[in-house]
Amino acid sequence: MANDLFTYTMRLADDAAILSQRLAGWCGHASHLEEDIALTNIALDQIGCARLLYAYAGEIEGKGRDEDALCFNRNEREFTNLLLLEQPNDDFAYAIVRQFFYSAYVLLFWQALKSSKDERLAGIAAKAEKEAAYHLRHSAEWVVRLGDGTEESRSRIEEAIEFLWMYTGEMFEMDEVATALAEQGIAVDAAAIKPAWNKSINEVFARADLSVPTGTWMQTGGRNGEHSEHLGHVLAPMQYLQRAYPGLVW
Amino acid sequence: MYTQSLNTAVQRDGAEEDPQKLAAFQAKIDREEKIEPNDWMPAAYRKTLIRQISQHAHSEIVGMLPEGNWITRAPSLKRKAALLAKVQDEGGHGLYLYSAAETLGISREEMVEQLHTGKAKYSSIFNYPTLNWADVGAVGWLVDGAAIMNQIPLCRCSYGPYARAMIRICKEESFHQRQGYELLLTMMKGSEDQRQMVQDAVNRLWWPALMMFGPSDKDSVNTADSMRWKIKRFTNDELRQKFVDATVPQAEVLGITLPDPDLRFDEESGHYVYGEPNWEEFYNSIKGNGICNKQRLKDRVKAHTDGAWVREAALAYARKERERREAGKQAAE
Repeated sequence: MANDLFTYTMRLADDAAILSQRLAGWCGHASHLEEDIALTNIALDQIGCARLLYAYAGEIEGKGRDEDALCFNRNEREFTNLLLLEQPNDDFAYAIVRQFFYSAYVLLFWQALKSSKDERLAGIAAKAEKEAAYHLRHSAEWVVRLGDGTEESRSRIEEAIEFLWMYTGEMFEMDEVATALAEQGIAVDAAAIKPAWNKSINEVFARADLSVPTGTWMQTGGRNGEHSEHLGHVLAPMQYLQRAYPGLVW
Repeated sequence: MYTQSLNTAVQRDGAEEDPQKLAAFQAKIDREEKIEPNDWMPAAYRKTLIRQISQHAHSEIVGMLPEGNWITRAPSLKRKAALLAKVQDEGGHGLYLYSAAETLGISREEMVEQLHTGKAKYSSIFNYPTLNWADVGAVGWLVDGAAIMNQIPLCRCSYGPYARAMIRICKEESFHQRQGYELLLTMMKGSEDQRQMVQDAVNRLWWPALMMFGPSDKDSVNTADSMRWKIKRFTNDELRQKFVDATVPQAEVLGITLPDPDLRFDEESGHYVYGEPNWEEFYNSIKGNGICNKQRLKDRVKAHTDGAWVREAALAYARKERERREAGKQAAE
């Protein structure tokens, strides 16, 4: 059970860490100052969330690994984030669609995790829920603006939606770890939040007259450490100093 | 992050100002009252402020790049969050300053255009590269430290919107400075590799930080107007001296050597005496020949150009929404 809880908490921590690393890539390079500041805000929320989750996972594990040991000293195959979150910042539309798909999911996820029997996870969920509500509002507004903006913005966001769609199925998977913990009232039944997620996506897409992709083939593997080629490139700069000079305090 | 004393003298336009209005304006400044956007002001005062504030705003924005260079490589989650928040603060400073400049009758678009075409300057310090992690600490300690020396007097600047923006900015800058110093202290307590990184960063950034105060008073362009109008209250050399006096003891606590063989304490004056910065390098950096000048501008232009479709989409959507609202209203009538 402790092992399952560690695995489960690490998944959530890796989600937050990898998304923050992707979002941080926009800082200083966004289309305008206001959006630069907004994307950085979301990145900062994700780092805050990652820190709480890694610290808790380290305590569960009880081997003395702190938040940084868990984030900076694990290999690609040990990371268990969702594939969606490691997808590159190809353009602003990709970043927004990635954020929108994830925020629409994770808001529902945190809402459910707030009633977890694990008090620490419930506490983190209560904090993260408020942030996710803002992230969802921000990304949904951009989905509508880009979808109903110019011809170019519409074609770009359609491309991003089509490309990222195949990574959304993984969010609702329930494997043995998640199922065992859900049965104990600790984990969220992710499959059960899918209808509400679909509704939220449909409503926002309808506002911009965007179509929800019909593809049903979904990629999977992130939760088992089987990633796209992108993750290695996310980790290389992120872990560089800790790997080059091991065991130091920064 | 900060303003630099460059080009503050403004070419006078041929037109003479009304002597009565001019006298009332000067009297107001002499009484330490603020000039506000709707108040009468001489054209040269307006022009000087637009130049200085926009230059300051550009420095904040370009200044996001050298530190941003380390965001994805920060060695701990705590440091990554602190660095992201700092760079974000600089973006925020850029926003307040562009807004302060807009109260003088220039648009943000015009100012950005001036930056991108090379017409407007920004602080020379950002044309130096950040080469190791300690640079992030050294930028906080030295660059934000120098910026604060320059900016504290600007909190009393005669132009209200600029002075008020500076009050807020200074608070954040002093936080950044302490954070940078703490980062360096932590590294100095660490391994030999870490201490070498700190010394290397300080060796490279010390002189560029001194140059942030602008040319020596003896070579400085005429700043009489700025002094009289209480935009500027201290000369470049006065501010540089204050900075050196405050920083040398901090370097001693840190345990690093400042790269100036002439640096010594002068008992008689009670000040540190320091060597002559390499002004040729300074003027070259201002002219665009610094190691990162072209890269910094290219990065700014790229972000702006790549983001054009996003801004256009937002405008197009806002226009459509307005039209839909108006159509809705007409239909209801």
